[in-house]
Amino acid sequence: MIAPLNAEREPAMNVQLSGCLRPFAPDAARALVRVVVVGHVDHGKSTLIGRLLHEAGGLPEGKLATLAAVSARRGMPFEWSFLLDALQTERDQGITIDTSQIRLRTPARDVVLIDAPGHAEFLRNMITGAAQADAALLLVDAAEGAREQTRRHGYLLHLLGVRQVAVVVNKMDRLGFDPDRFRAIEAEMTAALAGLGLTPAAVIPVSARTGDGVARHASATAWYRGPTVLAMLDAFSPAKAPADLALRLPVQAIYKFDHRRIIAGRLESGRIGVGDKILVMPAAKPARVRSIESWPAPAPSPAPRAATAGQSVGITLDREIFVERGHVICAAASPATPAKRLRARVFWLDRQPLAVGGEIVARIGTASSPAVVRTIEDAVDPGLLASDGADVIEQNHVGEIGIELRQPLATDAHAADPNSGRIVLEFGGRIAGGGLVLATETADAHAPSGRRARDQAFVGTRTARMDLDADALGAMASALAPVLAALSPAQRIASLRRELAGKIVFTTSFGLEDQVILHLISQQDDNIDIVTLDTGRLFPETYALWAQAERHYGRTIRAVYPRHDDLEALVARQGIDGFHRSREARIACCNVRKVEPLERALAGARGWIAGLRAEQSAHRRDMALVAAEPDRALIKLNPLFDWTREQLLAFVSANDVPVNPLHARGFASIGCAPCTRAIAPGEPERAGRWWWEEEQKKECGLHARSS
Amino acid sequence: MDRLDELESQSVFILREAFARLKRIALLWSLGKDSNVVIRLARKAFFGRLPCPVVHVDTGKKFPEMYAFRDRYAREWQLDLLVEPCPPIEAVDPTLPPAARSAARKTLGLKLALAKHGFDGLIAGIRRDEEATRAKERVFSPRGAEGLWDVRDQPPEFWNHFNASPPPGAHLRVHPILHWTESDIWAYTRREGIPIIPLYLARNGKRYRSLGDADITFPIASNAGTIDEIIAELEATRIPERSGRAMDHESEDAFERLRKAGYL
Repeated sequence: MIAPLNAEREPAMNVQLSGCLRPFAPDAARALVRVVVVGHVDHGKSTLIGRLLHEAGGLPEGKLATLAAVSARRGMPFEWSFLLDALQTERDQGITIDTSQIRLRTPARDVVLIDAPGHAEFLRNMITGAAQADAALLLVDAAEGAREQTRRHGYLLHLLGVRQVAVVVNKMDRLGFDPDRFRAIEAEMTAALAGLGLTPAAVIPVSARTGDGVARHASATAWYRGPTVLAMLDAFSPAKAPADLALRLPVQAIYKFDHRRIIAGRLESGRIGVGDKILVMPAAKPARVRSIESWPAPAPSPAPRAATAGQSVGITLDREIFVERGHVICAAASPATPAKRLRARVFWLDRQPLAVGGEIVARIGTASSPAVVRTIEDAVDPGLLASDGADVIEQNHVGEIGIELRQPLATDAHAADPNSGRIVLEFGGRIAGGGLVLATETADAHAPSGRRARDQAFVGTRTARMDLDADALGAMASALAPVLAALSPAQRIASLRRELAGKIVFTTSFGLEDQVILHLISQQDDNIDIVTLDTGRLFPETYALWAQAERHYGRTIRAVYPRHDDLEALVARQGIDGFHRSREARIACCNVRKVEPLERALAGARGWIAGLRAEQSAHRRDMALVAAEPDRALIKLNPLFDWTREQLLAFVSANDVPVNPLHARGFASIGCAPCTRAIAPGEPERAGRWWWEEEQKKECGLHARSS
Repeated sequence: MDRLDELESQSVFILREAFARLKRIALLWSLGKDSNVVIRLARKAFFGRLPCPVVHVDTGKKFPEMYAFRDRYAREWQLDLLVEPCPPIEAVDPTLPPAARSAARKTLGLKLALAKHGFDGLIAGIRRDEEATRAKERVFSPRGAEGLWDVRDQPPEFWNHFNASPPPGAHLRVHPILHWTESDIWAYTRREGIPIIPLYLARNGKRYRSLGDADITFPIASNAGTIDEIIAELEATRIPERSGRAMDHESEDAFERLRKAGYL
């Protein structure tokens, strides 16, 4: 019953592979990377995987013949999806129910391809697969564009911590490999992912059915310069356990098989060495590491003295203290928080919606505690971007929960430690959700009630965040990105206000976007500092709008001016309109009149709200909905990042937002009077700014540092 | 950490989770290369002492070399070995194809052992790369009261958090080497010096790649007489590992039917 040695291959599948696969290098030298394939149902995930395996020569002997037979038995043409859809019900119904994994080898990598179901009802299986991935291929049907599961999967990838994403635009053959259609989807997907804080590593046009673009470039896509899918797989990196963060060693068990009392567990992050001072959390008991144990006895080499993130270890301590499963061995200098209450951004998978008052079990590391849901906010369906009702998260939706733990659990905010800041929710004895810890509160704080009291109770952890370093700030922005992406601009502002302690500054230049943001802020009781930079060269219409806006919204707008001595020196050096002479002279002017004042406007701020939109110019597409600005030690939010100009205009007109009359006269983007002109219909929005310069260089430096 | 260290570390973590979260577990020992690796990993996880019994569900039809191996290493490794017999072929669903029906005796033997000892967790050395339905397995895989695998309703499992609360009468299959490949197994066997049954090594141009009952398991053509040569052979081959296991190939759904009913 051995499978046939020379199974017939379908002629159409015989693709020349010369040059595409090199001989396999020894295992140790090859990186292993896990890549999940996600996307909407029927956009071609299984076909792409089948095609990749075929082209990489990874299919076992006889498999194609088997698949052909299985397909024929069901009266179907050759069906790649049967390769991984191994279950009878999957094959009979033509759907992927559960996640699967299969290996292939690229020239540089061993790849574990993870197939994930595209149906909404099997989202738990998609999450099971995607949570194991280092990187993702997000598949989009060229004819259909982004659909419900495309958005939902993109959103969940972020919540699951998958940061490397390439977009594969499939079924290009059906559109005759039309470059315009491809570029439209490329722009759509790039903007959507930017909203989640993700930059696609590549957007690849392919036909998984014909193989074009999968392992080799198609002649029909000569206009495409990027990698093939196979080359992309080679470029993904394996995720590494974070050895550079503070030590977190969740205790799995204590073994007392002989005279030793061995504490067993795996390092989630950091390093541990013999002699290190540690704290056992949540009880904060101090000790030192006496030994690192191993079996078999490592003679003749000496016993291990140190271990690093990812390693399973056994250690003994220098003194008798009570340690049990669920405790976390932490670096003494920077222990985890013993949280009694916490807030988390979570996905929920159970049929029964998660509601305020609901009783669940919270699991962090190896610890668990019964917990009660106290608050639910910002619950949305990430596929439809529609909000849920108040105080409830429906199945397969996401939301922000505040929970109260019966026993304290040692944890970190996800922003500070992406591993120990993850929480899993169990309901009825089964895993039913999970997500990222946003903030924690210790047992010492008195129980708050109501939103204001709760916000105050979280101040302790928030203050700690004010000292975040660049990495932590970046992680926090990453954690916020998917949360904010699904919200409306108003909710984004409110959410940022909740997340950040300390000052948030909104900088306005009274453009359309700024006026909409001013309107949104004025509708909320939000303690946000509204600031404008008066360069001294603004249009008379802009000054008039400034006064009108203050009257209309009853808010004072703080003005920051250039330093008079710098300005006097500038004008003495290059004349009053010297900025026309050279780009350097123009930038010198921008620096004195805008950039330096901006630094003073943002002094002491933890958050910065601005009105950038992705479609405004090619350069700005690289910017994000929410991003860390490590130099300024703040988080920057562009709440209208994914809005189109049409959305903006519709909002202005529906809400009677006062706007600059210059817009009606053809001015799209309005800055200083001498440096702004009207644009012709069809010209890009920022074509009227510094029109004598090249498109890529048109930033004054406010929103692009060190350019 | 190299690749084998990472695999080992993850497997050790899983084994310790099983031991910590379940009340009464056993390790299933098929005597093959995979379960030998699991035993090695378990001895590492628990610092040389296996804290649970090792169960061999014995069809009585294994190769003589396998029984010799079992008896020798149960002693050398100081295993708490339980040998559990299987019912005769007449007790098995007659609608199964012949080899699958024969293999299904092991499923029944397993059920009897579960009932006899009241295990709530069984550690099994299956791997995703062996077979397409195994590729869809969870690390902690719940089995119903009848030992059935409900493939349509597997629970979510992520971030090394496992579902470890089986309802009364049900049990969990724990799969500590689910993420390993056949090559990984041999590379680790070589590194750790784990003994193997000589049937895996080629004699007269043939060797066994996967071992089961003597009457439904067939050798492959091979000249790999050492583990190094096996690893080199696996680099080049495109023949599936279980090609010599008859019950996998009798019909499209034969193996899935076996597994849903509780086979490994």
